[in-house]
Amino acid sequence: MKKLLVVLLGIMMVFGLVGCGSKTEDNAPSTGGGDEAKASFKLGCSGPLTGGAAVYGNDVKWAAEMAVAEINEKEGYNFFEFRMEDDEADPEKAPNAYGALTDWGMQVSLYTVTSGAGLAVSADYNADRVFALTPSGSNPGLAHPANGNYDNLFQVCFTDPNLGTASADYISSNTIAGMEVKKVAVIYRSDDDYSTSIYNTFMSKAAEVGLEVVYEGSFINSDADYSTQLTGAAAAGAELVFLPIYYGPAATILTQAAAMTDFNPVFFGVDGMDGILGLEGFDHALAEGVYLLTPFAADAKDDATVHFVTGFEAAHGSTPTQFAADAYDGVYAIYNALKATGCTADMDAATICDKLVGEFTTMTFEGLTGTANWAENGEVSKTPKAVIITDGVYVAAE
Amino acid sequence: MVFLSYLITGLGLGSVYAIIALGYSMVYGIAKMLNFAHGDIIMVGSYVAFFVLYRFGLSVPVGIILSVLVCTVLGVLVERLAYKPLRQASSLSVLITAIGVSYFLQNGAQLLWSSSQKMFKSVVGDGGISLFGGKLTLSYITLVTILTCILIMIALTLFINHTSTGRAMRACSEDKGAAQLMGINVNTTISITFAIGSALAAIAAVLLCSTYPSITPTLGSMPGIKAFTAAVFGGIGSIPGAFIGGLLLGVIESLAKAYISTQLSDAVVFAVLIVVLLIKPTGLLGKKVSVKV
Amino acid sequence: MFKKIFDKKHRGRTFSYLMVLVAYVVIEIMLSTKSMSSLMKNLLVPCCCYIVTALALNLCVGLSGELSLGHAGFMSIGAYTGICFSGFFESSITNPIVRLILAMMIAAAVTALFGFLIGIPVLKLSGDYLAIVTLAFCQIIASLINNCYLGFDSNGIQFSFITNNVNIEATGKMLLSGPIGASGTTRISTFTVGVVLIVITLIVIYNLMYSKNGRAIMACRDNSIAALSVGVSVTKTKMLAFVISAAIAGAAGALYGLNFSTLAPAKFNFNQSILILVYVVLGGLGNINGTIIAASLLYILPEKLRGLQDYRMIIYSLVLIAIMLISNNQKFKVFVEKNTKLFKNKFTKKEAK
Repeated sequence: MKKLLVVLLGIMMVFGLVGCGSKTEDNAPSTGGGDEAKASFKLGCSGPLTGGAAVYGNDVKWAAEMAVAEINEKEGYNFFEFRMEDDEADPEKAPNAYGALTDWGMQVSLYTVTSGAGLAVSADYNADRVFALTPSGSNPGLAHPANGNYDNLFQVCFTDPNLGTASADYISSNTIAGMEVKKVAVIYRSDDDYSTSIYNTFMSKAAEVGLEVVYEGSFINSDADYSTQLTGAAAAGAELVFLPIYYGPAATILTQAAAMTDFNPVFFGVDGMDGILGLEGFDHALAEGVYLLTPFAADAKDDATVHFVTGFEAAHGSTPTQFAADAYDGVYAIYNALKATGCTADMDAATICDKLVGEFTTMTFEGLTGTANWAENGEVSKTPKAVIITDGVYVAAE
Repeated sequence: MVFLSYLITGLGLGSVYAIIALGYSMVYGIAKMLNFAHGDIIMVGSYVAFFVLYRFGLSVPVGIILSVLVCTVLGVLVERLAYKPLRQASSLSVLITAIGVSYFLQNGAQLLWSSSQKMFKSVVGDGGISLFGGKLTLSYITLVTILTCILIMIALTLFINHTSTGRAMRACSEDKGAAQLMGINVNTTISITFAIGSALAAIAAVLLCSTYPSITPTLGSMPGIKAFTAAVFGGIGSIPGAFIGGLLLGVIESLAKAYISTQLSDAVVFAVLIVVLLIKPTGLLGKKVSVKV
Repeated sequence: MFKKIFDKKHRGRTFSYLMVLVAYVVIEIMLSTKSMSSLMKNLLVPCCCYIVTALALNLCVGLSGELSLGHAGFMSIGAYTGICFSGFFESSITNPIVRLILAMMIAAAVTALFGFLIGIPVLKLSGDYLAIVTLAFCQIIASLINNCYLGFDSNGIQFSFITNNVNIEATGKMLLSGPIGASGTTRISTFTVGVVLIVITLIVIYNLMYSKNGRAIMACRDNSIAALSVGVSVTKTKMLAFVISAAIAGAAGALYGLNFSTLAPAKFNFNQSILILVYVVLGGLGNINGTIIAASLLYILPEKLRGLQDYRMIIYSLVLIAIMLISNNQKFKVFVEKNTKLFKNKFTKKEAK
């Protein structure tokens, strides 16, 4: 009973604290803009801000904040009010984050950062008629469930199957590092939707185009050691190792492969590997000659990319990844569509939603990640580019 | 040959588990508590080593020494602030507190150092010795890890058996009341145990990150649980037990990954643990405790 | 009649039912008047699940004295059994409530079976060794479900292990897809069913507590040798508590699994077991009402801390440590005792007048 009393007391105190905390927070935005008369669009998003996947959520948050700040400055008033809720990339927490955003009065949404969390709330978004555009959730089910369509849900990034097919195609039809690759090993993360669906489509396309997959290894999130998989790939005589995984484990795999004296394959990654050069402490020499199939390269020299990357680095001290670029594009795509359809901030979410759906399926968007069009089912079509890492920068592969 | 290379990988991994398990086991032997925050001390050690070596560009020995120092201070601090007031409390209260400390360290690390992953460079350099005409490679870091583990094991055994502090530690683990009556300062002894355990965690951190270079705030939790399993495997509270348990666990894990399935390696490791505990309920080298009525 | 409800022995039980009833009525009123935020609405069903699992664990840890770190595993078995059942019979049992209740019953039965099988080796051990073996089982369960692929279509049920060889026609349904778990589950859990489950759990636990078996369970906890000497079968009694506890956790798992459209097996890991254990310890071992209150408050706490953004988990951890330190503080204990005595004295004096 005593313990219970303490629990109660403790929690009351914290709740009191939060009460004060949230009050001051509510006051903050209104004092910011000089133009009080114009209302803002409430743009929400949920993603992992704590926990193991926090790096992705934070990248999206920072890039979206950057885009929102630019737009607000250009408009001369707070065009967008942006709010990001933490879902820990956990499908259990995603509905809570969504609930918190709804309570806040979200009108348009950047959906969720990760696929798992997105799948947990896709039906709610569809039922509540809130327009949502995920920057980085790449599972096809985010935009349309297995046997249907969510008309108001869209994606900025590629869907996974596209990448798997494109990779197998590229490897079989191009000379890579001066050779025709025949024997391929694949190492993928089996508890990640992104990785497994690229793996699956890669495997079926590889069989079709005559690539021999000599070794398949998988790992799960909690693994930190990939030497078993690398030893297996080496023993099978793989000439190329396909890595449909994010840059974190990829960096470890490259480091561990470098320590092996008798194994020097070509490594081939997809868009999730972008960001590897920005890892603090990562030796760029290890990534020399790595192939990447990605729509965004942080080292590209066009004005938009340079502006984005320098701004992002100045603010947060890290190089933006493809997640960040997709989020930046996402905010601008929504902005363009809102402007084009003449939406105003006093409209309710459902009205905005209907207008945006019409606009998105017809418009063409020029962004950091290329020229994008959206299909009725919410999937994006853009062209991935192959790049080779040479002396620590991306060089376009011919 | 491939089998040998898997075996050596396993021994390297097992050595790291063994060093961490020593920390678990010593603390359990003396304070009779499961210190779930031990894994997170490793995480802190990794970050400190990383910053010293790559942000400030100091030499490897300085990095290791500073990392050991910070972890030792942190370990003792945690013990004094969070665990010491709970000496008389139920073991479950202490367990929950340890979990609270673990959450605190993880989330604190994320706030301080951000969640973005950092890459550690091996402290002994890449490459290795080629044996049997290049058929088998022994990487330097695996060799160093195994040697360090053996050295630590020998030093610790000598320390426990042949110094007065070591004797005090053994006395406390047998009977705290009697030890106190014999003039041993129980609180100091427990603090020393935590200090040694945390210093070992820092060394394990440097070795761990040299082999598996990615550093994140949640880095310590999985090796922590594995090492805890290793400690129980060998008989929790026993120092040679932790050593053997760690090595066996590493080898089983590596071989299971290679020959059974990478996905099922955890299941195999834990299944072996269950079987061992059923045959020897107090672990491989654990003491048999008879309960008197 | 009244005497029996309010006498010292039954006061706690009456309070439990009243508390659940009042909470239910208040929440229902809030729901019907639309005065509850969407965030809180989403928390209702999971909160019920955690209360029930915490009660189950309290039966195991508090009443029977066996520290189990594997209850997340039982929840997981229950959840996937429930999801598979509901997915398979979606077209034949169209009433969602009936399907949910059947799914929970079957989940409880399956989990009870697993509880029995796991209990055979586990209950031979004691103390920290028992804890680590339950933890090991929890990890094994997660690891096995991580590798199961199960689906059905017009050709029947397909299953494969480790590698995904299940090819399902467009009209079929994938129930389990390895590490990704279940996705596209129809959400049929409701708050009312959750509350009913809490009430049933309370009835089961209280009836057990005040029965011959319940007294035997507590006797085995306090002194197994003494219990043995008066003719209580220690293994059988402990097994009874363990299996009932597992079955309840399984039912809660089914309710939990059917509340989310996606559910990955990795969710039910060691941390989840610890989370439930925290509720039990903070609520008080063997204290039913405490468990209910602690589980609901601590589940809602991190969500209510959302306003503090990045700092919320730090504050949560500090709250945990602080509660443990304060509640075990000698001075605080004395202080509380003095005050409750004063309060009680005043109360009784007034009554005497």
